[in-house]
Order: sequence, then structure tokens, then C-alpha cells
Amino acid sequence: MALLSVKNLTIRFHTRNGVIKAVENICFSVNRGETLAIVGESGSGKSVACYGLLGLVPTPPGKIESGAAYFNGIDLIQAKEQDLQKIRGNDIAVIFQDPMTSLNPYLTIGEQLTEPLTTHRGKSRSEAVIMAIKMLCEVGIEDPGEKIYSYPHEFSGGMQQRVMIAMALMAKPKLLICDEPTTALDVTTQAQILILIKELQKKYGIAVIFISHDLGVVAGIADKIAVMKEGLIVEEGRTEDIFYNAKNAYTKKLLSSIPCGEKKLAICDENKIFLRVNNLKAFFCESNSCNSWSFASMFSRGNKKLKMIKAVNNVSFEIRRGEILGLVGESGSGKSTLGRAILQLTPTTDGNVVFDGVNLTLLPPNKKTSMRKRMQMIFQDPYSSLNPRMNVHDMLAEPLLYHRLVSRRDVTKEVLRLMNDVGLARSAAKKYPHEFSGGQRQRIAIGRAISTKPEFIVADEPVSALDVTVQAQILELILSLVDKHNLTMMFISHDLSVVRYIADRIAVMNHGKLVEIKATADIFKTPSQEYTKQLITAIPLADPTKEKERQRIAADRLKLMTRESI
Amino acid sequence: MSRPIQYNESPLTQILPSIGKSTSLWMDGWIRLKKNTLAIVSLAILILFCAVALLTPVIAPYGYEEQDLLLGAASPSLAHPLGTDIFGRDMLTRIMYGSRISLAVGFLASSVAVFIGVFWGAIAGYSGGRIDAAMMRLVDILYALPFMIFIVLLMVVFGRNILLLFLAIGAVEWLTMARIVRGQVLALKQQQFIEAALSLGLSHWTIIRRHLIPNILSPVIVYATLTIPSVMLLEAFLSFLGLGIQPPESSWGLLISYGVETMEEYPWLILFPGLFLSITLFALNFLGDGLRDALDPRTSKD
Repeated sequence: MALLSVKNLTIRFHTRNGVIKAVENICFSVNRGETLAIVGESGSGKSVACYGLLGLVPTPPGKIESGAAYFNGIDLIQAKEQDLQKIRGNDIAVIFQDPMTSLNPYLTIGEQLTEPLTTHRGKSRSEAVIMAIKMLCEVGIEDPGEKIYSYPHEFSGGMQQRVMIAMALMAKPKLLICDEPTTALDVTTQAQILILIKELQKKYGIAVIFISHDLGVVAGIADKIAVMKEGLIVEEGRTEDIFYNAKNAYTKKLLSSIPCGEKKLAICDENKIFLRVNNLKAFFCESNSCNSWSFASMFSRGNKKLKMIKAVNNVSFEIRRGEILGLVGESGSGKSTLGRAILQLTPTTDGNVVFDGVNLTLLPPNKKTSMRKRMQMIFQDPYSSLNPRMNVHDMLAEPLLYHRLVSRRDVTKEVLRLMNDVGLARSAAKKYPHEFSGGQRQRIAIGRAISTKPEFIVADEPVSALDVTVQAQILELILSLVDKHNLTMMFISHDLSVVRYIADRIAVMNHGKLVEIKATADIFKTPSQEYTKQLITAIPLADPTKEKERQRIAADRLKLMTRESI
Repeated sequence: MSRPIQYNESPLTQILPSIGKSTSLWMDGWIRLKKNTLAIVSLAILILFCAVALLTPVIAPYGYEEQDLLLGAASPSLAHPLGTDIFGRDMLTRIMYGSRISLAVGFLASSVAVFIGVFWGAIAGYSGGRIDAAMMRLVDILYALPFMIFIVLLMVVFGRNILLLFLAIGAVEWLTMARIVRGQVLALKQQQFIEAALSLGLSHWTIIRRHLIPNILSPVIVYATLTIPSVMLLEAFLSFLGLGIQPPESSWGLLISYGVETMEEYPWLILFPGLFLSITLFALNFLGDGLRDALDPRTSKD
């Protein structure tokens, strides 16, 4: 008998704007020790379906209309709140997408791990601490005896997710629900977390429901896959069947949107150096220690030691006119800072940036403004990069009017032309950012970036906050705009498969230094640096057999590395 | 749900005239506000009160100094609809004259406070570093000054003057506003759209004006609606101490504080000024809430 079997589950949201059918009549089941992946775009109802089982869907507006979900013989839908609470803590555990917001910043890791044991299960404090340390060891955290006294902010994103997994496993659950556990993480960290989940699952025989928008991520980990679209399961089957002979059109579309292959080399003039970065350094002081007027520093005169973070350390490279340079690195490698430093959005410590023959670092501030027209930036998070109080028209019109590129009379025509360029409907002109989806928001942001007809654009992870299908559309848009307006671009991303798809050359950054810079094809064929190889092996492949093989290799490499470091 | 403006894919010529207004946040806000009945009724009441206050010398039934000592404190009647005080002065007239002072102090002093506070806070928060530290230390110093001594000094140096009263109250009330705004701006500064505006080459002043201030309107409006009543009461307190306006001139706060003394014998002396003050405050609160919702594109209550 299946551990969890869901039958005809229907969940609807009764809102002011009418009924939203979040989940319609879905059935799925998970056996002990099995992994089911639920894949779909955001808004497809994949998370709602799982939270509905646990009674975590807010009611009202949510309502479970019909269906049954048998877990160990108990119907979760009919169960009382008290029974559900017991099941939630003991038998079913959840790992959320963003570890930063799931951990309480004011409690130490140890307190958060032991709390459920001491309060609900009557374990003594020392017993609970020992269990916590064991569990942290299990999820691959070094020095767990000391780390339990640390606070969440002292951990990196990947470490935090490990702690979340430890927390979920403390109760020895039978079913683990992972809601996009790796979406907020780097590729290398993602690979490690995926391997960890897989290993722990085998060890404890846990059933796993893995929710993701990315088919590529689940290829190696899932036994079964259910593809969801608009509340319905459109296709369900063994992983191999889904990947090798998908029947549903939507599944095929999902599979085809995984970026793969390399971009054809653009015809760019090899000799025309458009932008040159010479020995660029950008150092920051740690937290407040630089602000000499802050109270802390006023009263601690003796402690004047400044801790410097070397975000960009002695980086030199050049970009040719008309090319797309991919910049890859993990979070914290200084790739975003480098992008900002090139655009003079962040102060540089040393070195210079020569843009089309002009040394930007020596430019007086008033001249910089006129240079801004020629170089623009596209930001990562389309939710915070648009002013929520400005409608699309005003947002696109602002740079045009400010730089006097068009007259006030012609501005609307120009704005509509821009909107057309980035694939937005005219009717969107009067709408505000919150009325758009992530992909559409990114289109607006791109429209704003190209409004001043720049020659050079820095795109800082423009697709990493987006679903795979939307990501493919935005990448296409960027490629077509680059082609149409003859743009030069620096494309920053932590995802090598995306960069491979879009860039002519790739630069790899690690700890503020440029590790390697090569043409895209060469870097994949003959990576010369160990770090680059590591990045390349971390890319999940959208092919179950190859992916399992890759995971095996990656796991070995990982073990080798940890052994070396010890 | 109906959105304020709904287009289907209409031809360019139809969209063109309706787009292209640069003040669209305010225009959209007004359109949304018009759908909020409570806010509009409140706005109408406030406008009515202000109009009456302006026209008082023309339409008041009696002069504000006219006494009828023989009559004394009389309960409401046809000749004196809101009764008279112990000197036989018509309460309706006194409340109308009082509204001139109270509303003027309330609105002018609060606008001064809001205006200075918003810009001071926004500039401090946006600049950060030493400018921020210096600006906020000045706020702290002013906070530390005993308010009463400050006002007594002002009155002694410049003489008693209604304009000075506005200034004195405004000068104290903006401090809190500046702190609230600075805090909001510090959080907002981290948002990427500010960086995006910088990378577009906009000047700092444009960013503060177009990107920062519209996004901090919610707390500003809420605090402003709280400031107006507190300013009116402050004026009453100052007048009661003899530092504000002096009888026979009156204000709502002053009328109330005199009314309290004779509350048991002549309840209408406190009832009617209190009623008008309450209505004004209610109207302000409803209008403030309406404005806050109307100016936030995300609340689609319409």
C-alpha cells in the first residue's frame, strides 16, 4: 500500500475577484522510500496541493472542496486539527524554498533544532543537544558541536538549507515534502543539497515529494514525475518515460525550455575592444566599521582596525563590440560587484575601466551622468527593481524625458514602441508593477534599460528569479534585442547552462578573482581550472541516466575534496 | 473586480489621449479616492468647516465679543441655537470663530511639520553617512530641548503672535516625522529600483522626489492625520497657559478647557465644541485612510 495516496483533491480559493481553481481533481501516490517530483510553473498549484494535505492552506479564502488523502490509513483531509498537528510534527516534514526566512534569526541553530524535542517529546535538554549534533553531522555540517551555538546569519545559504533539512529530519518523518529546496541556491550548492537529500532518503527510507519548476533539477532525484499545469496534473509517469517519451504537449514544452547547447558565435570584430577593465579592485569595509560618525566608532577609538572585504580583486579583461560576455561564479564571488563597478555604481578602490576610449574612473560626476545613457543595467529581482508606485508608461518615459531624448509630446509614441520591442501589450501602459507576473516585470525592466539606446548593458542574473519556461522566453528576448540594436553585453549568472546558451565568451570568477576567461565552446571542452571543472560538473542534466551518472561523479568529487581539505 | 482604468487592445489613437499624464499616481489616486464614499463625505465635511471658518465674519449671527451679561449661561434656544456661555456670548458664534484658529493651527502647523519632516528625513536617509549623522543629531538636539521653554523663549523674544504659534508647534512636530521618514527611506534605499534609477543617470534630487517620497506616503499620511489633532490640542494647552491666543478670542481647544470647569452646571459649553472637534477628527481619520489606500496601487479595494 502506498504511504500517501491522494484521490481527487480539489482546492479552490474564494476571493473577492471570484473563485480561483488552484488544484482540480488531482490524484497521486507515494510509496515508502520513493521520490515523487511535482513539476510546474509558478501558479500551477503544485505547492498548494501539498500544503492542502497538511492543513496549511489559509482558510478562508482557501477551501478544500473535495477529495481524500490517505496517509498511513488516516484521511488527512477529514482529520482534526490536533491530529494533523501531530502528523505535521512527527510523520510529515516540510523543507521550504528560502532558508533565510524559514529560520528564526534571533535563536541559535541549536535552540531551533532542540526546541521541538524538549517541548513536545519530553526529551531532556542534554539528550536533545546530542541528537541535534548527530543530525547536523548527518547533513554534512562541520564542527556541529560548535555550530549549534551559531545564529542563522553566520551560515551561508547552502548551510542554512542543510540546517533546515536537519530540522526536518529530527523527528524521523516518514514523508518529506521539499518545496523548491534548491531554487534559492547556487548551482554547486544545489548539486550538494540534491545529493544530500538523495543519500538521507536512502538511509532512512523516507518518501519524498519534491516540488520544483525545473525538470532538469529533478531528473536525477525523482522516481516518478507529475507535471502540473493550471491546477491539473497533465502527465504522470516514471522519470524515464517523462524524459524520453513525453506525450503531453506541455511536458514537451517544459523539456524544450531547459537551456541547452551553445550559442552560435556572433560576428564581432575581433580587434575592436569596446570595454577594457584594468586591474580593477573594489574593496569594502565590513559593516559599520567605516562610518566614522557612527556611535560605535566614536566610543571605541582604540579599535580602528578596518576589516576589508575584497569583493573584486585585481580583475582585468576586455569586451569586444557586439559580444556577449558571460560572467559566472557562485554567490559572494564578487560578480555583481564587478558589474556595478564597471558601470560606476559602486566606488572602486584601484584600477580603471575604459569604455570606448573614455576612462570612466577618472570622469567627473557630471560627465558620468551623460555616460549613463550609453551603459545600462538589468537587475536580478524584477520585484524590487520596479518602483511600485509608478505605472509602466511613466517608468519607461522617465529616462526618455530626463535625458531629453524625446519631446514631451512624442513620449507616448516612443514608450509604446519600446513596449512593443520587449513584447508587452499596449494595454499594459497604465498598469502598475504588481499587476504583472515575474516574466512580464522583467520585460518592463529590460524595456527601461534599453530606453536610452545604450551600447553596453550589464545584465545581473536577469533570469534566475524566473520559471524555466519564462526564462527561455526572456533569454530569447535578450538575444533578439542584442541582435537588433547591436548591443554589447555582460551577462552575469550563477547558472552555467544559461550562460552557455547566451554568451560568446565566458569568464569565471571565484573569491573576487577572475579564474578563467575563454570562448564558450572551449571552456566546456577544455576547462583549465579545477574550479571551472567543479562548476561544470554541478550543472544538472535534463536526462535521467546521464544525470544519475553525473551525480555519482559529482558525489565522488565532493568526497575527494572534503577528504583533501581534512 | 473593476480596475480604475480598463483598456482592451484599442487602437493607438484611443489610448494616446488618456496616457501621457505625468502625474498619474495622483490622478489614479484621485480616481480611486472618488470611489470611497466615506472619504469623500469626510472631505466634504472638512471643506464645509473650512469654508464656514473663512466666512465667519460675514455669516456669524453675533459678534464674538458681544456679551449679554443679563442672560448669562442659557441652554440652546432659537435665538442661540447652541446656547450661551456664562457671559451670555453666543456659543455658535464662538465655535465658528474658534474654528478659524483651530483649523488654521491644525492644518498649517501640520503641513509645516509634514513638509519639513518628509524632506529632512528623506534627504538624511538617502544621503547616509556623515550627512545623515549630522542631520539626525540636530533632530536629537531639538528633541532634547524642553518644548515649553522653547516656546516661552520664542514668545518673549518675538512677542505673542499667532504666526509664531504655528511656527513653534510646527518646529516641534516635524522631528518625529523626520525620524519616521528616515527609517522608511533607509529600508527603501536597499530596493533595486533606486539603484536602477541611479544607473539610468537620474539626479539624486529626482530620485528622492519621484522614487522615494511616493513610496513613503502611507506612514506619512497616517502620521499626518495623527498630527493634526495633537496640534489642535497643543494649541489649547498653550492658550490655557496664556502662551497662545487670549480671550475674548477663542479656539476649540480653549472652549473645551473652559467648558470643563462648568461641565456639571452647563453641559452644552463642553458638548458642542467637543462635538465639532470630534467630527473634524473623525473626518480626518477617514480621509487619511482613504488617501492611504487610494495612493497605493496595490490596494485594489475599488
